[in-house]
Amino acid sequence: MHARRLIAMGAILALFAVLYMVLGAKGNWNFILPFRATKLAALLLVAVAVSTATVLFQTITQNRILTPSIMGFDALYVLILTVAVFVLGGQGLIRLPPLAVYGVNTVMLVLASLLLFGTLLAGARQDLMRMVLTGIIFGALFRSLTAFLQRMIDPNEYAVVQVSSYARFTQINTDLLLISTILTLLTLGFVWRMRHRLDVLALGPDMATGLGERPRRGQIEALILIAVLVSVSTALVGPIAFLGLLVVSLARLITPTAQHAVLLTSAALISCIVLVGGQMVSERVLFLAAPLSVVIDFIGGFVFLALLLKGTRR
Amino acid sequence: MIRISDLSYHHGRTQVLDQVSLTIPKGGITALVGANGAGKSTLLSLIARLTPLQTGSIHVGDLDVSRCPSDMLARNLSILPQNTEVAPRLTVRELVSFGRYPYHKGQPTSEDHTKIDAALQDFDLTPLADRVLDTLSGGQKQRAYVAMTYAQDTDYILLDEPLNNLDIAASRSLMQTLRHLSQEKGRTIVVVMHDLNYACAYADHLVALSNGKIRAEGHPSQVVTNGFLSSVFSTDAHVHHVDQVPVILV
Repeated sequence: MHARRLIAMGAILALFAVLYMVLGAKGNWNFILPFRATKLAALLLVAVAVSTATVLFQTITQNRILTPSIMGFDALYVLILTVAVFVLGGQGLIRLPPLAVYGVNTVMLVLASLLLFGTLLAGARQDLMRMVLTGIIFGALFRSLTAFLQRMIDPNEYAVVQVSSYARFTQINTDLLLISTILTLLTLGFVWRMRHRLDVLALGPDMATGLGERPRRGQIEALILIAVLVSVSTALVGPIAFLGLLVVSLARLITPTAQHAVLLTSAALISCIVLVGGQMVSERVLFLAAPLSVVIDFIGGFVFLALLLKGTRR
Repeated sequence: MIRISDLSYHHGRTQVLDQVSLTIPKGGITALVGANGAGKSTLLSLIARLTPLQTGSIHVGDLDVSRCPSDMLARNLSILPQNTEVAPRLTVRELVSFGRYPYHKGQPTSEDHTKIDAALQDFDLTPLADRVLDTLSGGQKQRAYVAMTYAQDTDYILLDEPLNNLDIAASRSLMQTLRHLSQEKGRTIVVVMHDLNYACAYADHLVALSNGKIRAEGHPSQVVTNGFLSSVFSTDAHVHHVDQVPVILV
């Protein structure tokens, strides 16, 4: 049953990808096709990164409401970037190789998330409301600190961090596409190797320990992978609050399973369909009258509220 | 056998276990009893390394629990923790299959499938194998969890309050299955229990804890007396005997 649905989703995605490439294309195809292909590749990368990070996060926290975005991961990424601009100056940062900036941001995000969320996971796992509230408070704190620092830096330097502060599917930072692709593929390789362990970790720390797993080690590995994936998506298109929650909730609905091999694939396909299909409609049909990030956050926000009111932890 | 030496455990300022030394014999059913907060579940968690040791040592057979690799421990000792809330979309077969994870690590062999089928059959779960856990009664669910622990095929099986939420028929059926496992297959089963009557009827060995210390141990018929109820449970209920088995009338 799941295999058929996955194949159907793959077919829909292929159709949307072709439509995204050719719909409304006028002029020189030698320019249009590579231009659109680059954007399509970035959309697919972001979609897979966000959905995979969300599945991982929901597995290690054992609830279906929390996502890295809700817990403030991407806000933390923007804060780290802002601090870098504040300390080094915008020009100083621009003079550094983009790869170095990207690498340092990612490493900082990994360390900060291990410190913050690793501690939180050890202490507050059983208390959903405490986890959600802590995440919201962290998110608000990171955003407030970012806003505070952005007010203190030179307006010209502000432009360096501005691009990373808002979701923008029309202005994808394609300079980082190659390194993002390599990082994402490597991370996905690790996640795929972990898929059976994730099935066991989802049973909870006690049962996982009883089955010979080491939950704490699994959580740390997952947090590192999540931080890398969040870095990729935030660097490419900026923070997207509710995409992960939306697509993983849909994946659990369409392919209800406890097997991460199926869940990860399903969530990635749905995420790609939502982003590529949504961006195609937004750009080619609505001519950007309704920005995709607003629509995703609007629908995703409702899903978040519905899940919260329903009390769906597991 | 399970050898526990000088085991102490504190949670904050609360001393949960205090210098516990105990030998749980190989084979048979050992019941851990005691009032709420006596330290029974903590003791079980420490034996299975769900909780890290603070002081003292635990040996399960030849394995030093604090040092042996996780997967080796999982192939020698299985535990059903008190909190067993798992993903509701799991089927009974999927849940029981997890019992084989310490062996196959996600790639089950034909031997694993055989053991999974045997566990389903031994716990009368074959007709329910493809049912989702959410659709089962409390008793059926509990049987599925115990079957998962059984499928782990370990010499030592620890169960933390497996009779919770079970009616009398389901409780009897589960205890009879456990007795069969211990007698026919030589498994050592340690069960945390609240119902003393079940402990007296089915356990071969009884260990009573109170305020983190061992207060009594031995065969239930020798241990469970009016004085025992008074000192361990602070109750004046009376012990009677039916076919030499102690029965507590409340």
